[in-house]
Amino acid sequence: MNHRVCLKVNGEARDVEVEPRLLLCHLLRDELGLTGANIGCDTSQCGSCTVLMDGKAVKSCTLLAVQADGCDVTTIEGLAGENGLHPIQQAFWDNHGLQCGFCTPGMILTAVEILDRNPCASDAEVRHGLEGNLCRCTGYENIVKSIVAAGARESA
Amino acid sequence: MYPSRFDYHRAASIEEAVQLLGSVEGAKLVSGGHSLIPAMKLRVAQPTALVDIGRIEGLSGISSDEDGLAIGALTTHAEVAASAAVKSACPGLAEAAAAIGDIQVRNRGTIGGSLAHNDPGADYPGAMLAFGAEITAVGSNGERTIAASDLFVDMFTTCLDETEVITGVRIPAARGTAYLKHRHPASSYAVVGVAARVATEGGDVSECAVGVNGVTGCAVLAGPVSESLCGRPANQDRIRTAAGRVGESLDGAVGDLYASAEFRVHLAEVHARRALAAAASRAG
Repeated sequence: MNHRVCLKVNGEARDVEVEPRLLLCHLLRDELGLTGANIGCDTSQCGSCTVLMDGKAVKSCTLLAVQADGCDVTTIEGLAGENGLHPIQQAFWDNHGLQCGFCTPGMILTAVEILDRNPCASDAEVRHGLEGNLCRCTGYENIVKSIVAAGARESA
Repeated sequence: MYPSRFDYHRAASIEEAVQLLGSVEGAKLVSGGHSLIPAMKLRVAQPTALVDIGRIEGLSGISSDEDGLAIGALTTHAEVAASAAVKSACPGLAEAAAAIGDIQVRNRGTIGGSLAHNDPGADYPGAMLAFGAEITAVGSNGERTIAASDLFVDMFTTCLDETEVITGVRIPAARGTAYLKHRHPASSYAVVGVAARVATEGGDVSECAVGVNGVTGCAVLAGPVSESLCGRPANQDRIRTAAGRVGESLDGAVGDLYASAEFRVHLAEVHARRALAAAASRAG
């Protein structure tokens, strides 16, 4: 039996009928056309599918869409504001924080939570915070540099 | 990957969840789902129905009094790790919670779910044993309180019956607690995790407990380690000698490609030494 799910995605109310087994990442990608949340490992390890749910970083490949009913979801498509890129996106741009770009949406959305908790997060704290996000280009140096720089700019 | 088909029920109360578990054949509970959903995607688990208890009010949150902590079953690992009450009353529990998975996993995974799942690589079971936790569960026969040492029966197996739902955990206040872990670099599961609790009286160790997860199929209490340390001051040499006995409790240690059984037992000894030293120093 299908279930009705009402949620907010990037500030827009969405009302969808879904099979219980539909994963949040598939709802976002296949039903709503938001392909920013990438499916990498599909086993809750790589973090490419990370989105914010009620402000918290979560892996959308490990959530049922029905569990997101009533929640406020932000994907990478919803991060930039009217005035342009989000400061973390800008910092990735400025610091060459991406290579192939596949892990980038997940990295940036996890970084939002890391800097929410502590805008002055150190290099080590950022690395620890990114435990659930893998970059197969191994571009961690510039990813960490970007996040630390974004934090420094926000707290300046 | 997506799970096989199932029906979905959202329970509004514990009573409704218990009733659904009793009446819908093959139903499983879900809250954070961070053990169950991956298993369902791999089709290792194929429940015919899920009963979602994730929205039941009053099942989440942490309260503390002079005796200790009361933690609702739906409290996430992130909440336990960040809680000032937990850090103060039982610092080792905050360390265990902070060691689980990663930020995203800790934002969804719940203490009740982790205990009910009893994964050999989970971080909470050893901590629950060492810290003397009591688990409350409600089922079709009413409510009961279960000692952690009775809850964990075997790998992925607890003493909970089919209709029982964990509602909360009580943990006695204990400053002298610590949890240390060797994490698997890919999965973040505990290759070895050691929880230690030490209490002192007049400079001597009056109470000591060490719980180990990750090494054997089910978390264990390392009795000989505690016996060896009790009744005397916890100096470096005594801690080393006591930790050296952890292997006596680790019969049936498991090995895999990443870490042999022998290596795990060695790591358990090293981590027991460090965890005991940290716990003893906090106990004062």
